[in-house]
Amino acid sequence: MDTITNGQARRDDPSPQGGPAPQLDLDAVFRESNIGAVLDKLERELIGLEPVKSRIRDIAALLLVDKLRHSLGLSAGAPSLHMSFTGNPGTGKTTVALRMAEILHRLGYVRKGHLIAVTRDDLVGQYIGHTAPKTREVLKRAMGGVLFIDEAYYLYRPENERDYGQEAIEILLQVMENQREDLVVIFAGYKDRMDTFFRSNPGMSSRVAHHIDFPDYTPAELHSIAGLMLEQMQYQLDSEADTTLLEYIERRIKQPHFANARSVRNALDRARLRQASRLFERRGGLLSKEDLVTIKAADIRASRVFAAEKSAGQAENQ
Amino acid sequence: MRLTQGAFSFLPDLTDAQISSQIEYCLKNGWAVSIEYTDDPHPRNTYWEMFGQPMFDIRDAAGIMAELQSCRKTFPQHYIKLNAFDSALGRESLRLSFIVGRPDKEPGFALERTEVGGRNVQYTTRSYAVERPEGERY
Amino acid sequence: MQQNSLSNGNGAAVKPKSGAARYKAGVMKYAQMGYWDSGYQPRETDILALFRITPQEGVDPIEAAAAVAGESSTATWTVVWTDRLTACDRYRAKAYKVEPVPGSHDQYFAYIAYDLNLFEPGSIANVTASIIGNVFGFKPLKALRLEDMRFPTAYVKTFAGPATGIVVERERLDKFGRPLLGATVKPKLGLSGKNYGRVVYEALKGGLDFTKDDENINSQAFMHWRDRFLNCMEAVNRAQAATGEIKGHYLNVTAGTMEDMYERAQFAKDLGSVIVMIDLVIGYTAIQSMARWARKNDMILHLHRAGHSTYTRQKNHGISFRVICKWMRLAGVDHIHAGTVVGKLEGDPNSVQGFYNVLRENSNPMDLQRGIFFEQDWAGLPGVMPVASGGIHAGQMHQLLHYLGEDVVLQFGGGTIGHPMGIQAGAQANRVALEAMVLARNEDRDIWNEGPAILADAAKHCAPLKAALDTWGEITFNYTSTDTLDFVPTATPA
Repeated sequence: MDTITNGQARRDDPSPQGGPAPQLDLDAVFRESNIGAVLDKLERELIGLEPVKSRIRDIAALLLVDKLRHSLGLSAGAPSLHMSFTGNPGTGKTTVALRMAEILHRLGYVRKGHLIAVTRDDLVGQYIGHTAPKTREVLKRAMGGVLFIDEAYYLYRPENERDYGQEAIEILLQVMENQREDLVVIFAGYKDRMDTFFRSNPGMSSRVAHHIDFPDYTPAELHSIAGLMLEQMQYQLDSEADTTLLEYIERRIKQPHFANARSVRNALDRARLRQASRLFERRGGLLSKEDLVTIKAADIRASRVFAAEKSAGQAENQ
Repeated sequence: MRLTQGAFSFLPDLTDAQISSQIEYCLKNGWAVSIEYTDDPHPRNTYWEMFGQPMFDIRDAAGIMAELQSCRKTFPQHYIKLNAFDSALGRESLRLSFIVGRPDKEPGFALERTEVGGRNVQYTTRSYAVERPEGERY
Repeated sequence: MQQNSLSNGNGAAVKPKSGAARYKAGVMKYAQMGYWDSGYQPRETDILALFRITPQEGVDPIEAAAAVAGESSTATWTVVWTDRLTACDRYRAKAYKVEPVPGSHDQYFAYIAYDLNLFEPGSIANVTASIIGNVFGFKPLKALRLEDMRFPTAYVKTFAGPATGIVVERERLDKFGRPLLGATVKPKLGLSGKNYGRVVYEALKGGLDFTKDDENINSQAFMHWRDRFLNCMEAVNRAQAATGEIKGHYLNVTAGTMEDMYERAQFAKDLGSVIVMIDLVIGYTAIQSMARWARKNDMILHLHRAGHSTYTRQKNHGISFRVICKWMRLAGVDHIHAGTVVGKLEGDPNSVQGFYNVLRENSNPMDLQRGIFFEQDWAGLPGVMPVASGGIHAGQMHQLLHYLGEDVVLQFGGGTIGHPMGIQAGAQANRVALEAMVLARNEDRDIWNEGPAILADAAKHCAPLKAALDTWGEITFNYTSTDTLDFVPTATPA
């Protein structure tokens, strides 16, 4: 590994056998790979998700140590890096996948570090002979980086034995096995369905080394996420609106089609809409900058979530 | 004979690692790589068969190498070349082209002369390969 | 004379006369006649020229600049009333900026703008008749040099430009991603047609893309032109069949009359040549005619710059070669010899790169380091392939690729024909050296420093390259250029 010879880490004897015991500086390799920065970024970008972050740190540490072991000629075989990210919508799977690609790239496990996100439609064709070229086309683009397959279980449709998804799975399996240096695949989706998918495709399951479960956010975490989003959009909540938002979140979680951070973003977008209408109604007077950036409790409370006891079913559209 | 079309025909046949780094060079420049093959490498044969479309939006050579292996497997006794297209204004043409597959035996070309008007000669280059029909040439 | 009126080139002291006073019979300063206008903002459609002027002792540089503007446009030595029958304010060229040349005590850069209506569309002869017509012999100047010109898009579009252009030339030859290789047949005079064709065959079969007639091979007693053409084309076609590659020989069609040139060019075409050649000495109009003929007959047009050094080499008088490059791109040649940097002929690296940029790029930004004074947009005109020829050899391959890039013909005459193992071996050595260097460059290797090692490696599987490196490895032409740039002093590299 060139990182060792280029960096501060030195060993006294280049051969694995004999001579004084080699001294390796794990810290130097860590600094040099600069994955610390990626982990920090992950920490900043993603609120909560402690179990996920700790798994990512574990994987990063494993890869780092593997790299050092490899430099001494110690090998446990090329590590299998394919992963499965399970969890409900809006729990940060795509963001973590992006960071994962970056970490893998910095440690030299993928050459380019880009992420190609696809779903069944990108891989599976409509008629005979259509699937293989489609899947290969996607694989070609993903080479050197990470292929992120969202809702991967749709590839497998046991109810239709002639479904072309099986063909895509077989090509994927082949590449996952034979071109480990060229590509890392991350499967993503709901946990229960993914479990079924892996149970029905043992070949796939055995090639996926890391399973990471993304828990739902707590109301408090979603509340902080909302704060972060508002900051990025250059809005603020007055103190009443702040409490109302938390209340909103607590109610929304209990309703159908809840999608974690994504639902929060949608709620904020609708609050902005209502704020704009409210300002527009008031025209004639002068507006301050304060007016333009502030969302008030009424902008949130107008949501039908607060009337949801009556019409819970349509919450996501309101 | 050894057909010397393409940028690297005077070097020993490139290894896959060498081909791969030439592809990386093309990708780094934003060029689209394509694979073409033929059993009639006449110097004026502009249109070799395309093995798929030019490959756009590729980040790494591995994907293109996989296509190349598949082309070699399908056409083990054809000429195969890699082309790189540059869509930049004022170029809009190939920027690199080199041979990455050849038949075991390269029959070459005959030069036919037709004497016309005094000492003038009209020349025709003919591929020995095309004496047999397409598909049975090598 | 107002010796000291030049203050940072603004020349505020000189006021043009107006009304009746301007047209009073007699002799008047050019600056006062309106050929100097320090406030003039050049129009987008103006043709701009930059002259290096060396006024005689006691001549004010602004008056000298105005005189150059006047003599290269509407003026004569005295006032004429017939000026008043024309839109003479518009037709007068205007010197608008005069600056001392850095590091010189008696030279000045004079910027002059010409109205587009002064020029016939699509005629280099007409442009040159104005810009370099009378003015170079003008007595108040010790010396005068045309350094650069800017042609507006409106004028560029009146020319068809290169008959073929770099892109189409490569497509026709089916050669991409590397410089092309050529060689001039030597000795340049005296070979019979049969022996001459032998050199062509050997060099092309060995691995070159092109061979070339020299500038003074036309139709002499030892080899009449038809004999040369017939033998060369036999050689070209044989080499083409032997290698499967398109090959060419620049058949020089230069002759005493246009009728002879057309006849020779037509014969070259009838024999299936992809390229013909002319010399710069045939003149601008003849060049434009041949470019038109070449476009009409699918022919690449090679120009040898025979004679140019008589006026391009001296720094204080004549025409910079970069201006010749611009004229030739407009005139429509496909190849032009433009310097090697490392070979036996004049040219420092920055100037030569400036010439190459003028010939090849879609547009040139102002680039004083490379001697380019004006921004120039080529408005879609194809590029001209520069040719590097004269005293270069395989051992310099890394330097040539580094300085000159990829769109260039590298011509190794002596380096091919003088090879100790024969002409084919010489050609092969050059081709192997070239391909190995391009391969290494694409692999992101540092060819400038690793070049000799890359060549030595390639020589392991190519005995002719080894012999070439052993024979010429150390040869350099290390003289300081006479035509150096004013903004960066540079010496020819080893």
